[in-house]
Amino acid sequence: MKLLVDGRQAYAYTGGKPFDPALPCVVFIHGAMHDHSGWTLLARWCAHQGYGVLAINQPGHGRSEGPPLPSVEALADWTLALMSAAGAQQATLVGHSMGTLIALEAAARAPQCVTRLVLLGTAYPMKVSDVLLNAAREAPMKAIDMVNALSISTPASKPSYPGPGMWVHGSNRALMRNQQALSSDINLFEHDFRLCDAYRGGEQAMAKVTCPTTLITGTRDQMTPPKATKELAAALKAQVVMVPAGHLMPAEAPDAVLAGLREALLR
Amino acid sequence: MSGYSDPGFDTLALHAGAAPDPATGARAVPIHLSTSFVFDSSEHAASLFNMERSGHVYSRISNPTNAVLEERVAALEGGSGAIATASGQAALHLAIATLADAGSHIVASSALYGGSHNLLHFTLARFGIATTFVKPGDIDGWRAAIRPETRLLFGETLGNPGLDVLDIPTISAIAHDARLPLLVDSTFTTPWLMKPFEHGADLVFHSATKFLSGHGTVIGGVLVDSGRFDWDKSGRFPELTEPYAGFHGMVFAEESSVGAFLLRARREGLRDFGACMSPHTAWLILQGIETLPLRMARHVENTRKIVAFLAAHPMVASVGYPELDGHASQALARRLLPRGCGSVFSFNLKGTRQQGIALIEALKIFSHLANVGDCRSLVIHPASTTHFRMDDAALAQAGITAGTIRLSIGLEDADDLIDDLKRALKTAERAQ
Repeated sequence: MKLLVDGRQAYAYTGGKPFDPALPCVVFIHGAMHDHSGWTLLARWCAHQGYGVLAINQPGHGRSEGPPLPSVEALADWTLALMSAAGAQQATLVGHSMGTLIALEAAARAPQCVTRLVLLGTAYPMKVSDVLLNAAREAPMKAIDMVNALSISTPASKPSYPGPGMWVHGSNRALMRNQQALSSDINLFEHDFRLCDAYRGGEQAMAKVTCPTTLITGTRDQMTPPKATKELAAALKAQVVMVPAGHLMPAEAPDAVLAGLREALLR
Repeated sequence: MSGYSDPGFDTLALHAGAAPDPATGARAVPIHLSTSFVFDSSEHAASLFNMERSGHVYSRISNPTNAVLEERVAALEGGSGAIATASGQAALHLAIATLADAGSHIVASSALYGGSHNLLHFTLARFGIATTFVKPGDIDGWRAAIRPETRLLFGETLGNPGLDVLDIPTISAIAHDARLPLLVDSTFTTPWLMKPFEHGADLVFHSATKFLSGHGTVIGGVLVDSGRFDWDKSGRFPELTEPYAGFHGMVFAEESSVGAFLLRARREGLRDFGACMSPHTAWLILQGIETLPLRMARHVENTRKIVAFLAAHPMVASVGYPELDGHASQALARRLLPRGCGSVFSFNLKGTRQQGIALIEALKIFSHLANVGDCRSLVIHPASTTHFRMDDAALAQAGITAGTIRLSIGLEDADDLIDDLKRALKTAERAQ
């Protein structure tokens, strides 16, 4: 689905069904260097279970026009503007990694628009190591390989994503390389990871969140390990769902994540 | 799987796609010889059919054992995923059928396996898909052959039988300038010798019957996608970028940014043409892949010794191995194939056709048969077997003469192979 947001073309995947703003809405917000395609199984399930789905591509990612926006706060405003452009007055926001910060900030800025938060692979602050930031600046392809290895916890993600026969390491690497190649003017990898590292509004945002929140955490997550989510869970009074996966949990454990999402949508 | 980069090739060859079986603890990959898989509920069934969940339904479409093979080959190639097929020919057909239809056109290397040549030149032409054949080294010829209806460029990493090294960086650049993908048959090299995706190829397939299996026991193929080709930007592939009425109106390029080709190939080509692999075959190929790095090193080591022996033998007119001085692909081979140029090559015998036959019949360790990439050494006479359907002009274009002998060097003691060849060459000399 193509939309005009702040004067620029934006794209949101709607789960294989036309978006109906009259249905309860679920907005999926991807992480750094990703696009909507990390959500397609969950998005299709929601779309076929009576939800209106918007799996967004952030500006400068996937099919949405650039440039990328400069901060989590700007992306939160943009996400709310996209919902408005689609005719959705309220939504459950489901974020992954960097997308969890955007969802959190959006819920704080417009609590009346956010009915639930579901945060996959989150931490606050979302500090990024100097080693990775330096690699991002000087050798983004190497940085992609580093993040890929840290994000996936097993050489055998079953039943694989989005279907059997896909090699999750290879498809995630290809996705990040394709994202990096979208613009020759900007180092998207460095941009996205610096944006995570720079976000400082988490504590204020958490204090303003009023909706039920669920954290879905990978037991083997090395990027946002389970211990990093404890304070966040307490501050948000969140329900925590553990899934047997690493950071890239929607691809590594799609069924377990779906079970967690179903539970969250009933809260 | 911790650390800052993916595991190395040898580790992936053993572990990619496989983990101890959660139900039984079995460490080796189980053979799931089951046509179909039980649904938890009606809702679960519907969600699998509608791609709301990942999983197995029916073994023509996917199977847990086959999936391990698919992930493993994709991992070794550096791809996004793969599909196991009934044969290498089925993999080639699946690739073409996913991207081309009646009225489409292919540009292909003229130095192809005879079976691939048959498919392109005779069979696909009957279905309205035309092919222009270009000598693999004729770079301008590749560019000039592209038409508005062209859908892909296709060649072999090492052309059959002259071992012309495909200039993948240059030909992929030509393909990409025309917004087309490059498909490469990597059977002779395997990912241990070369990963075509690192040089610009977009799709790779193997006859897994050969080196991947390595034991001459089963027929199979694998088709791998790099996940890097931008089907939307190309604008030439409505099969991937527009709704497909045959599967929920799915737009495959929207559904997966890196797996659109494989989704369509599985959800259409494998489903409808049905050239799937048996799980037992997949298991046997997996056994082979576990030792692929060790075997390929030995294949190349033995081959270099045999090539040196033949090149110095007075009965041999020429040896076609790209590492040798005088081979047209020597420079490319040094650049793209530093680990070696495989273990399949041809040589031309000095003498008559009868002397060639005498040589083949005198060999004791080399087996006379129509296959390559076995752990055992093999020999064949292409003009009377693999390429017999080609006329003289097509044979010449493919670099074959009546005296060409093709060898596939196995894993035996190199000294024994040299002794076998020595005896047979002496017999051939006497047969004058």
